Amino acid sequence: MDLRYSETDEVFRAELREWLALTLPDLPTPPARDDWPARVRYDTDWQGRLHDAGYAGISWPKEFGGRDASPSEQLVFLEETTRARAPYVGVNFVGTLHCGPTLIAEGSDEQKEAHLPKILRGDEVWCQCFSEPDAGSDLAGLRTRAVRDGDHYVVTGQKIWCSFGHVGDFGELLVRTDPDAPKHRGITWLILPMDLPGIDVRPIETVLGSSEFCEVFLDEVRVPVANRVGEENDGWRVTNVTLSFERGTAFVSEMVDALRMAEELAPSIDDLAERRELAHVVAELDALWALTKRNVSQAARDGSPGQGAFMLKLAYSEARDRLGELSLRVLDRAAFDVSDERVEERLRTLSIPIAAGTSQIQRNIIGERLLGLPKEQQWAKLP
Amino acid sequence: MNFDLSEDQVALRDGIRALCRGRFTSERVRKGFDPALHDELAGTGVFSLRADGFGWADAAVTFEELGRAVVPGPLVWSHLAHGVADGVVTGLARPEPGAPAFVEHLEAAAVIAVLDEDGVALVRSDALQDASALEWPLDPLTPVHRIDVMPGGERVGDAEVAAAWRRGGGVLTAAFQTGMAQACTEAATEYSLARRQFDRPIGSFQAVKHILADMAVRAEVARAAVHAAAVTMDDPGVADLERTLAGARLLASEAALKNAKGSLQVHGGMGFTWESDVHLYLKRAWVLNAAFGNTNEHADALAARLSAPE
Repeated sequence: MDLRYSETDEVFRAELREWLALTLPDLPTPPARDDWPARVRYDTDWQGRLHDAGYAGISWPKEFGGRDASPSEQLVFLEETTRARAPYVGVNFVGTLHCGPTLIAEGSDEQKEAHLPKILRGDEVWCQCFSEPDAGSDLAGLRTRAVRDGDHYVVTGQKIWCSFGHVGDFGELLVRTDPDAPKHRGITWLILPMDLPGIDVRPIETVLGSSEFCEVFLDEVRVPVANRVGEENDGWRVTNVTLSFERGTAFVSEMVDALRMAEELAPSIDDLAERRELAHVVAELDALWALTKRNVSQAARDGSPGQGAFMLKLAYSEARDRLGELSLRVLDRAAFDVSDERVEERLRTLSIPIAAGTSQIQRNIIGERLLGLPKEQQWAKLP
Repeated sequence: MNFDLSEDQVALRDGIRALCRGRFTSERVRKGFDPALHDELAGTGVFSLRADGFGWADAAVTFEELGRAVVPGPLVWSHLAHGVADGVVTGLARPEPGAPAFVEHLEAAAVIAVLDEDGVALVRSDALQDASALEWPLDPLTPVHRIDVMPGGERVGDAEVAAAWRRGGGVLTAAFQTGMAQACTEAATEYSLARRQFDRPIGSFQAVKHILADMAVRAEVARAAVHAAAVTMDDPGVADLERTLAGARLLASEAALKNAKGSLQVHGGMGFTWESDVHLYLKRAWVLNAAFGNTNEHADALAARLSAPE
């Protein structure tokens, strides 16, 4: 058990630091949160720079243009880029971290050739079309229908919480192809070109007053069968394959950033109770950073990050909420101004206990998969 | 970097766990401190580990297992004093001048190690004039004596040595606490599977399941913090030791206490009985919360490592 990075990791870190020091001062001015065309340009420019320097697709295999970095190098990459306040992955999140890995694992050769190089360079922006108004926590209950018609699927339904829906070139789309099969076995994964006729995208205004995601209405949209990833009705498994690419580094950027904000808050606090609360928050974030290192160590050994990965999101959600509330208490009436980073972050982080599996779903997963507790009986089966 | 337990540490953990399963059954633990079992622990190297070439991380792995079994006795002090004083040793981490001292396991110990501002002093327990046992100690497995006047004793280390003992005591106590927190999660989970109400195991109800999930997370996060602190003790270059240690104490204290309470809640009425082991964990958690500094002191120590107020 040790916490020393290897010499290889430190060489990687030193090279990355040097590159960041050369690159970051030349970046254009970051765009306003609600200026989406500018955000796409900015994030794409950054992705291009990463690509040219060999840092794009850090976890992707080499044969698809990635760096195939070890889990600990991925950790160093996220740690250093976040510490240096480099741009966040932004609009390239879904492409580089979700769809790309899915295509690598399950896509056809044509699909890989068509999309992977463009995703890596930032030339293609992807969005996610998974959730529906009636399929949130119960994602597998989705009802958007796809009916086969020759070489096409005809898709009709409604998607919601589609991150980057209004700027995406392509969407990762889950549809129901067999309404009679058990719900997990009638789902298919499709590549949705967002410019097809019959697609209506409407931004959703969030508590930040900007639109981070959209509703997507699909009215008899004809998607080529060639856009199917994996087999028909095998989409649930395809979706879960993506998770195996996550090698314990989820939330690293978030955590590094939260620690920076907590440390920066320290000089503004002279109240004893608030300083003690800050100490608790820092203790939790430090511990989650240690847990991340444990998960990464396990992933390097076994290929999967182990039980700690199931726990990280729930624990991080709570620690981040505590930091957000403390920040507002410390700011007092200065917290009325959202242009203060700490206030904006308090608002943004309200989504963390909800997105990608609510804290309640996380507790069910921990209870059922790690502790071996039985599922709660469904009310429909009760007398 | 490999922050996972090494093969040797896994073997050490499994060995101590097996020993505790065999020797420290609930029945034996309930009888309190046992000199023969203490000797057996000494024989396996629990107190001499570091003198035998092992590190703080190995000691933490060991104490985590002792905590799971909520083993009674002045284990941390006996470990700290190894090589300085023979036999069973108890101690006092922060005596308050002029105030009475509460010392644990005095009857079992030949020596009290006192960590004061000047360093470490050893007081022979037979030199005490006025020690009186509490009739009703909070933790039935931790007998406590009140001592109004503590004699001077033999000086065996300076203030730096005392600080090192406090750090070591802190990390071993935290390891013990995380072991307790894990044991509470496991006991409550097991009970929630066995106990049926409304024709199903109560662990299937989300209201119960979520208590257990929070307990599991609390124990695992605290464990990561404790291991990070222990590794930093062995290799001080990897992190800010004071900050890491204070954080580990904060989280481990909280995990032991909250998980014992969670276990009590899941056990329902049974958790409130003397017969159930739940109260032994809860009472020890309270006792350990005041060992080698309390929660406010840990929070202040951590905050002191962050930038001072402007």
